[in-house]
Amino acid sequence: MDWLTTVDHKKLGILYLWFTLFFFAVGGIFALLVRTQLAVGENTFLANDAYNQIFTMHASSMLFLFIIPIWAGFGNYFVPLHIGAMDMAFPRINALSFWMLPPAAILMFAGFLVDGGAAAGGWTAYTPLSRQAGMGMDLWILAVLLLGMSSTIGAANFLVTMFRMRAPGMTMFRMPIFSWTMLVTALLQLLATPVLAAALAMLFIDRNYGGAFFDPNGGGNVVLWQNVFWFYSHPAVYIMILPGMGIISEILPVFSRKPLFGYKAFVFATMGIGALGFSVWAHHMFTTGAVLLPFFGIMTFMIGVPTGVKIFNWLGTVWGGSISFKSPMLWGLGFVSMFLIGGLNGTFSAAVPVDFALHDTYFVVAHIHYVLFGGSVMAVFAGLYYWFPKIWGRMLDERLGQLHFVLGFIGFNLTFFPMHLLGLDGMPRRIATYANDTGWEPMNLLSTIGAFLIAVSMIPFIINVVLAFRRPPDQPNDPWEGNTLEWATTSPPPVHNFDSLPPIKSERPLFDARQENKDTETN
Amino acid sequence: MTAGTTIHQKEGMSNGMLGFILFLASEVMFFGGLFAAYFIARADSPSWPPTELLSPQQIADGVKLELEVVMVAISTGILILSSITVQWGVFQIQRGNQKGLLWGLFISIFLGVVFLVMQMYDYTQLHFRADDTVFGTTFYTLTGFHGAHVAGGVVFMILILGRSLAGHFSAEHHEAVEAASMYWHFVDIVWLALFATLYLIPT
Repeated sequence: MDWLTTVDHKKLGILYLWFTLFFFAVGGIFALLVRTQLAVGENTFLANDAYNQIFTMHASSMLFLFIIPIWAGFGNYFVPLHIGAMDMAFPRINALSFWMLPPAAILMFAGFLVDGGAAAGGWTAYTPLSRQAGMGMDLWILAVLLLGMSSTIGAANFLVTMFRMRAPGMTMFRMPIFSWTMLVTALLQLLATPVLAAALAMLFIDRNYGGAFFDPNGGGNVVLWQNVFWFYSHPAVYIMILPGMGIISEILPVFSRKPLFGYKAFVFATMGIGALGFSVWAHHMFTTGAVLLPFFGIMTFMIGVPTGVKIFNWLGTVWGGSISFKSPMLWGLGFVSMFLIGGLNGTFSAAVPVDFALHDTYFVVAHIHYVLFGGSVMAVFAGLYYWFPKIWGRMLDERLGQLHFVLGFIGFNLTFFPMHLLGLDGMPRRIATYANDTGWEPMNLLSTIGAFLIAVSMIPFIINVVLAFRRPPDQPNDPWEGNTLEWATTSPPPVHNFDSLPPIKSERPLFDARQENKDTETN
Repeated sequence: MTAGTTIHQKEGMSNGMLGFILFLASEVMFFGGLFAAYFIARADSPSWPPTELLSPQQIADGVKLELEVVMVAISTGILILSSITVQWGVFQIQRGNQKGLLWGLFISIFLGVVFLVMQMYDYTQLHFRADDTVFGTTFYTLTGFHGAHVAGGVVFMILILGRSLAGHFSAEHHEAVEAASMYWHFVDIVWLALFATLYLIPT
């Protein structure tokens, strides 16, 4: 009962984490169905219609019900702790943000029960397909609208919390990087999500009230959907990755025993990505012929600059450090290496002539998964291993964690690397099956084996979590010798978070406190 | 709020007010998306209103893509007036005049309702519907969402009026009144942009 009525940011954070991990599992099962269907050519495991629904709901679960809200979960738990606050600025609005998610998920999945099935137009819901689809599409629209409202009011909450609730001494430029990335993410959510709401409203009007926004017969414009959709969804790509970068930037310094290399450069790079993120949406639309190609190409290349700055930040942090390869660090290094590939193959696709060849092929699927799995998901696991002792007062087992990482890392590359080759060979995305004589079968089979290996890699993780909960809590307050304020309180923290705060004189208050202790001891 | 030691409320604007302003920023982006759709539709069309898109059936049914300007100009004036009266109410409560606030709110609510009634009447007088080309779709979507926001603003001001009657506000404490008036100004500014866009841009 307490969990239903709680307005405590930590409990809401935990609710977010369980909710989103559940949909990670659901989306993962859908992914396995997709991979099973594509394992061999001319497969009949799934009917075409079912296949379309499954891949659409795979992406919808993963993006809207897992990655975007899980950052709100981590943010809920750790932003107030990081800045030394007692709670979020608006605890009840915070609860509202969370409790909008379950009804949205129910709406979205209710599509499977209605005539015509769930939404089947891909997570991008392009018109004219999405104008004609069945009732599942309407449910999908309403669900995404609800999720958008949740993240918009959540964003305002995060911004006010970080602007106004910081502890004495916690200046903006002493905020942990994770908080900074949540701040820029919140700005993107606040300004981009309402445009998606407008787009969804228009699509709903077109579908239900005879509107002509996207209907050329009535003077509308089909490509308008792509413009308004990507005006949200490209910033949304940064919404999905920036907090992950923040988590990595907390973990790499701790496990390298060094400060983050170039703190301010990282902050400005994050702002740069946020700002540029609003000017690149049409690189998803090069082949429409309806957008200014050189402008969007150049702007997309430019976004590689602040992203490259961050890669240097991370390498500079690890360089010469006293590295310990604990599970959080493994996932963190996995992030840096795999996200780099995701950045590079993305930049290839931003070159207009190359994009004309690669558009809507499996190369794009490879790219997005190197960013969202190689990036975001690795950061999720890095964060879970890193903060599990703080949130639940128990350490996760190191050997199971390493097994999880090794299997997951191999499985990930096995699944998604062959997709580059398939894409270059011309295999279109979102097809339910392919002819045997295309020669695509070996790579697809490899990819499917990889997908099941990822699924297997989750077994040690689940065992790890179950075993941890069966152990009595050992409540390590600061098992990693961390830098940030959450390690200054108990594990889990009390309702009011801190009994007392150490003095905050830099972005690493706990490091400062430890140094001071050492100094007094030697004296 | 408890006299807590760990709540670090900064000076100046309150958390609630800052959150409210951020919410308004998201509203601006929402209308921005709708305006963008209108401008694209208009830029795509060889003529505006796009009468050439009407089917013979629609013409036979008496569909005419024409707007009623005079009455809407009057209701625009009424909305501007209501912005002035609500701000007058804010100025009154800043000086501690509770009665002035009551009058300011009451008149603004009345004017807001008049605007809504005139909009409803306007809808009944027009010879096109939302499914009559993108002209009708954009017109009803933009003015409809705006009308919903006017209705929301009226409800907001009625709540504030209720709290004023209960004597909740004073010269020092009247932040909710400021928020309501800010919301009302926002709704008003969106309407001015809409009126200029839908009615005044020469075709």
